[in-house]
Amino acid sequence: MSDRNDSYKPWGPLAPSRRKLLAGMAALPALSMLPRPSFAAAPPTSVVNTTGLAVTDSEVTVGILHSVTGTMAISETGSVEAEKLAIEQINAEGGVLGRKIKFIQEDGASDWPTFAEKAKKLLVNDKCAAVMGCWTSASRKAVLPVFEQYNGMLYYPTFYEGLEQSKNVIYTGQEATQQIIAGLDWVSKEKGAKTFYLLGSDYIWPRTSNKIARKHIENHLKTKVVGEEYFPLGHTQFNSVINKIKLTKPDVIYAIIVGGSNVAFYKQLKAAGIDLSKQTLLTISVTEDEIDGIGGENIAGAYACMKYFQSLDNPNNKAFVAAFKKMWGEKTVIGDVTQAAYLGPWLWKLTVEKANSFDIDKIAAASPGVEFKGAPEGYVRIHENHHLWSKTRVGRARPDGQYDVIYETKDLVEPDPFPKGYQ
Amino acid sequence: MNENARLFDRSELMALAALALLLLVILPLGLDVFRLNLVAKYLTYAFVAIGLVLCWGCGGILSLGQGVFFGLGGYCMAMFLKLEASSVANTKIQSTPGIPDFMDWNQLTQLPFFWQPFHSLTFTIVAIFAVPAIFAFIVGAALFKRQVGGVYFAIITQAIAAILTILIVGQQGYTGGINGITDLRTLKGWDIRTDQAKFILYFVEVAFLFATVVAAQFVRRSKLGRILVAMREKEDRVRFSGYSVANFKIFAFCIAAVFAAVGGALFTLEVGFMSPSFVGIVPSIEMVIYTAVGGRLSIFGAIYGTLIVNFAKTSFSESFPQLWLFGLGALFIAVVLAFPNGLAGLWRDYVQPRLDPLLLGRSAAAAKWAGRSVADGAAAE
Amino acid sequence: MFGDYSIGDLGAIFAMQGFAGLILFSVFVLMALGLAIIFGQMGVINMAHGEFMILGAYVTWATSGFFQQNLPALFPGYFFVAMILAFIAAGALGMLVEWALIRHLYRRPLDTLLATWGLSLILQQAYRSAFGAREVGVELPDWMMGSKHLTDTIEVPINGIFVMCLTALITCAVAYVLFWSRWGRQVRAVVQNRVMAGAVGINTEKVDRYTFGLGCGIAGIAGSAFTMIGSTGPTSGQLYIVDTFMVVVFGGAASLVGTIASAFTISQARSTLEFFLSGSMAQVLTLLAIVGILMLRPQGLFALKVRK
Repeated sequence: MSDRNDSYKPWGPLAPSRRKLLAGMAALPALSMLPRPSFAAAPPTSVVNTTGLAVTDSEVTVGILHSVTGTMAISETGSVEAEKLAIEQINAEGGVLGRKIKFIQEDGASDWPTFAEKAKKLLVNDKCAAVMGCWTSASRKAVLPVFEQYNGMLYYPTFYEGLEQSKNVIYTGQEATQQIIAGLDWVSKEKGAKTFYLLGSDYIWPRTSNKIARKHIENHLKTKVVGEEYFPLGHTQFNSVINKIKLTKPDVIYAIIVGGSNVAFYKQLKAAGIDLSKQTLLTISVTEDEIDGIGGENIAGAYACMKYFQSLDNPNNKAFVAAFKKMWGEKTVIGDVTQAAYLGPWLWKLTVEKANSFDIDKIAAASPGVEFKGAPEGYVRIHENHHLWSKTRVGRARPDGQYDVIYETKDLVEPDPFPKGYQ
Repeated sequence: MNENARLFDRSELMALAALALLLLVILPLGLDVFRLNLVAKYLTYAFVAIGLVLCWGCGGILSLGQGVFFGLGGYCMAMFLKLEASSVANTKIQSTPGIPDFMDWNQLTQLPFFWQPFHSLTFTIVAIFAVPAIFAFIVGAALFKRQVGGVYFAIITQAIAAILTILIVGQQGYTGGINGITDLRTLKGWDIRTDQAKFILYFVEVAFLFATVVAAQFVRRSKLGRILVAMREKEDRVRFSGYSVANFKIFAFCIAAVFAAVGGALFTLEVGFMSPSFVGIVPSIEMVIYTAVGGRLSIFGAIYGTLIVNFAKTSFSESFPQLWLFGLGALFIAVVLAFPNGLAGLWRDYVQPRLDPLLLGRSAAAAKWAGRSVADGAAAE
Repeated sequence: MFGDYSIGDLGAIFAMQGFAGLILFSVFVLMALGLAIIFGQMGVINMAHGEFMILGAYVTWATSGFFQQNLPALFPGYFFVAMILAFIAAGALGMLVEWALIRHLYRRPLDTLLATWGLSLILQQAYRSAFGAREVGVELPDWMMGSKHLTDTIEVPINGIFVMCLTALITCAVAYVLFWSRWGRQVRAVVQNRVMAGAVGINTEKVDRYTFGLGCGIAGIAGSAFTMIGSTGPTSGQLYIVDTFMVVVFGGAASLVGTIASAFTISQARSTLEFFLSGSMAQVLTLLAIVGILMLRPQGLFALKVRK
């Protein structure tokens, strides 16, 4: 057991002491510079792998399961890149329990049964010790029964709607309440917002998120929702809703539009004369990745609420951004999900070392309390419900496609996938 | 005439035997359960492909909306399984126990009326056949009675596929939205997720497939099948001969719809969920390509075509994900330009003439080639 | 549904919605025009139409990049160059496709549908390999952004006006080419009677090739105009294909006037419905209505009366 995790107290204070946090943040980039011989004496395979996973004395196999083709390839590319970077860095440090990580990449092809099929292949044929993957809710819902049936471990990177919790999944993105409530509190306090217009693409995540947002706006902030609207995925004509927004004049436009629709929405918003430097717009769906397609000048001034922005100023993040650009090119941008995907392999490594075993059951049991001080977002810890404690931040879009971080929660926000009073 | 009166002629019997050997012996023995389950998934598309042989190959009616019927069948099955999986005991943590989880997430507090009958397996089975048949009848009657055909029909069916997808995605409280209906567990208490269950389901499915083949062959061999072919070739002449062209087309369309629905229902059982991504335009057109690759005139060809395209898809996308779309696109073009009769056409033109003398004896083969039936010999268009 | 708004607001709503509908109408016409020429005049179903549009969009994107790098002074005017290049690129690709693929399939309309679907898959993957899977954003010159302020509630986006003018211009040009130019007469002659047209000395193969090229070229311009309001990604083209086909079929395939009329009807219906219902339901209802009307009147709004 590495002594690093002994300091973990499951019922300890929400946030670690500031000094500990800083020490941890400073230590990790330094550690990653050095080759680490400390794991050279690897524990024997028979001990750390009692369930027949693909673990040899020198290697351990994990799976990467994302869409490389199809409509979702646009979004999932960043996650694949981040996971590969993390694996490379872990290997450079000496691997996991003295074993190099080897990965098998499968293409989910933006098709949910393909995800289920490939997940099954990774677990049954390849005996992967862990799988980093999935992006959309639909793909996760499709693979979840497979992971539960064949007892695999999935590290899922996307911020999502919540209402789920599984022994076999670690959710490295934020669930809906983490992302939404802090942002709404901020906008209500800072901007004095009284009226909200909710927008979303027509599927489960935006609808559930808006549901939580509405409950919070009406019941807790005691303010008003003046409109709620959904559009099919890929919709490109937003003139009607923009007209409605002009008539109702909400204090805040709360937008959860995803994918290609975003481009149309923000361009049309700008063309219709809605100036985002005067009209407050809060989104939880536009990361730096999406801005690439929207064009920074079209969305400049909008606020986004999530847990990570590329411009975050801390040593971990500087090292991460530099490494990412070195591996994947100067022009790449890093969004919230990409960062969350980067956490997956690291959290798995830390959990394996805490459990001193690759066995899924032991990892599932050891996960709560695992903390990653080298996270680009600062510091994360796995909750008993397999989601992450994390801070929520509000950023303001700049014309160059980056966000200025203008607010972050003081403490880590507790993940609450089944929020009472919000269902 | 004697030969045509029989349901299968000799070479078709041999094809049937070869298919049975492949599906019942070689594949189950040669593949592990994981791969066999993949085959089972592919075979569910073969039902659609057989339907398209009747409707498109024989009747000349190209439907680009077969995914609609596949989806209707699949959703009927999924609704039954979901209700069984959402017993009060299983859904204790919900605010309203006893209803499917996605309804609970969408603030529904009771089961919508059209879900109620799906508590009954009998009703579900009837619905799997009846719902798509009625729907196909309505669409077919409206269009064929007004002599809409060909390209227009294809585009309208495509629009219907688009409408249904948007509806299912939009009404997520009732349908599960874009995630579909997931986490299906048991069929009358029998766990469908175990390897053993998958193995049994595979054989159930093959049995259904052979029943479908026999049914399709029966339609094709009957007078109805001949009229379909005649209509494809010269529709006006058939109409002037006093036949109601529309009724025959409606019938062919309905049959194809029912086949697709059976495939969809089996798909739900095999894969364990159903989602709107099988209803839309893209899957519908892909289903057409299975038929085209196998040979739009050949029932057996359609089955092999489905298996081959899907195997290619899986193995291609495993090893060269980037190249897969190039391959699939090229396949579409090649089949249309160079091999309009697909694999079955190649087999008939190049392999069978060499094979027959060996198997049947020279004189029998000659006699057979002289007396080929109209349906088999007809050209592509 | 009207209760929440005052009379003045309602007036503004209808003015604004009417204008939103006009923009949608222009977009539909641009999309459908090329398809109507190809489908209406040649009977070919081009499922790769969306991909030709996206080619135009990518050309625009590349041109804007080029101007930014090399000719920043001329950047405000790059869009016109981009549209011409988009037309040429898409048209040239169209003629190549006609030569390699379509001309073998003239008597098999359903097969062109499958072959062009295959073509669309290949083009999508080609875009993905060449430009990356992510969507690209096209930067617009400043004069195209923003809006004209008419009253407090009524504002008119400039790029909307631009799209409308462009549509009007292209429609007139197409009408002129098809109905008054020598070549247009040849096209119509070939459509009405291919054999006879050949017999009087029209080179039908050449006419076919240029017609197809023209249709694809217009799709390229449409794609170019689309960068102003939508996104450009490898699969963006597929989003439009159903709508576009419905416009053409609803209008009556062989009729240019029909295409315009149907684009107008559909766009106005949709934008009005969108105001009172959600975006999803508006789309479902309009499509359902079109399918319903087509069931009653399969030949579409304006059908040529031809003896078959």
